[in-house]
Amino acid sequence: MQAVKIVITGPFNAGKTQFIRAVSEIDVVSTESKITDPAERIKEETTVAMDFGRITIEDDLVLYLFGTPGQRRFDFMWEILSEGMLGFIVMVDSTRPETFREARYILQVFRSYAPTPYVVAANKQDLSEAWSPEDLRIALKVDPEVKVIPCVATDKEQVKNVLLELLYTILERLELEEAGAEMEH
Amino acid sequence: MALKGNLRDFSTTQLLNLIHLARKTGCLTVRTSSEAARLYFRDGKLIHAHTANHDGHLATMLVKAGKLTNEQAQKIMARPEGRNDVQLGMLLIKAGHVSREDIIQSVRRYMLDIVYTLFGWYDGEFEFTPDALPSADRILIPVNLEQVILEGSRRLQEHERLQDELPDLDHTALRFTNGADARLRAVNLTVEEWRVISFVSPRNTIRVIAQANNMDDFQVRKVVYGLIQAGIVELVRPTGQMAALGVPGEFGAEKPPAIKRSLIERLINRIKRI
Repeated sequence: MQAVKIVITGPFNAGKTQFIRAVSEIDVVSTESKITDPAERIKEETTVAMDFGRITIEDDLVLYLFGTPGQRRFDFMWEILSEGMLGFIVMVDSTRPETFREARYILQVFRSYAPTPYVVAANKQDLSEAWSPEDLRIALKVDPEVKVIPCVATDKEQVKNVLLELLYTILERLELEEAGAEMEH
Repeated sequence: MALKGNLRDFSTTQLLNLIHLARKTGCLTVRTSSEAARLYFRDGKLIHAHTANHDGHLATMLVKAGKLTNEQAQKIMARPEGRNDVQLGMLLIKAGHVSREDIIQSVRRYMLDIVYTLFGWYDGEFEFTPDALPSADRILIPVNLEQVILEGSRRLQEHERLQDELPDLDHTALRFTNGADARLRAVNLTVEEWRVISFVSPRNTIRVIAQANNMDDFQVRKVVYGLIQAGIVELVRPTGQMAALGVPGEFGAEKPPAIKRSLIERLINRIKRI
């Protein structure tokens, strides 16, 4: 049995757990804990170690989705979770500009772990206060060649779309590498 | 789509940078507990500005620039054409009170004073209303934002924000963006900025640039932040030091295990069927 993984990262309350729940075939294994800091009490619980979802591809292949903890005090988990990932998704709450600086930081940290492909998911696009993906690209300083995909993490089809866009990006990267290798020969 | 928030989280410099890069047209309203300002943009250029205290009429601008006295302005504003800036401008030029250049410079100076004031606001709600433009009777002078952003960054006094934006001077280098040469021609750089520019290379960390120029952390952060916001340079990981420092990164990072195309295609096919 081969297992591959995709990591879903992003600031606190960006919608990472919800994203994994939308497509996982098992109940998401969450390591959530009650929030005690009043400043962070915009939700009851937060992920402290990881979220874990699974999609069986075929009998011999399984895809794991790992959600990272959003708070920086649990960032020791980020590098552990990122080892061997196929690619990663940076979830951003499009309605909360106060989290954009943190999203930029997380993006830079994950890029430094490995040169793996990634996409940015602009979550909560169904809300009227949401910044557009184009504005988010500039605010987060996302490179022009990286996809910023509108998303609503509670909508399975939109979550599938984000995952597919990441996989297409990985595929494009592989094709480029193959083309480069052929040219060297 | 909304573009709103608080200057605490997204500064005036960042907002202007976004409006400039996205070539936005519309009105940016900023409100603090005691002040309010409206800035209008067309295709990413500043075209008009006024505050709650200053109405943004031509007569007010000319008084501020010393081209009219308060008394003259009051008389003018009492006349019907006094409220129409375009008509008033033509009238004043015809009467020989001011030149066309006087009007352009006064309007430009007035707008820039307002924008530069905004750089000193660190807390305030902002909202951008797309496609909202000033009334047709206003005189609109397009001002390129690159120079404004640079000037705003020069006035930035917030150590904490700069530290957040550029936390690590030792493991970050700079390179020129695409089109930096054209942008450099469009702006007036200070001596300090030119000194930093002369050391821009992926081989030089920001710390090295600071040391070469005898700048402290705050000075170098301020200059680099301004150059980044003006789209002249961008951050990269330094090329020469990655292996020595043991920091993984874009250059020289360890590659993940080889992945086969067929595997990714299987994942795609399965996810499509969920």
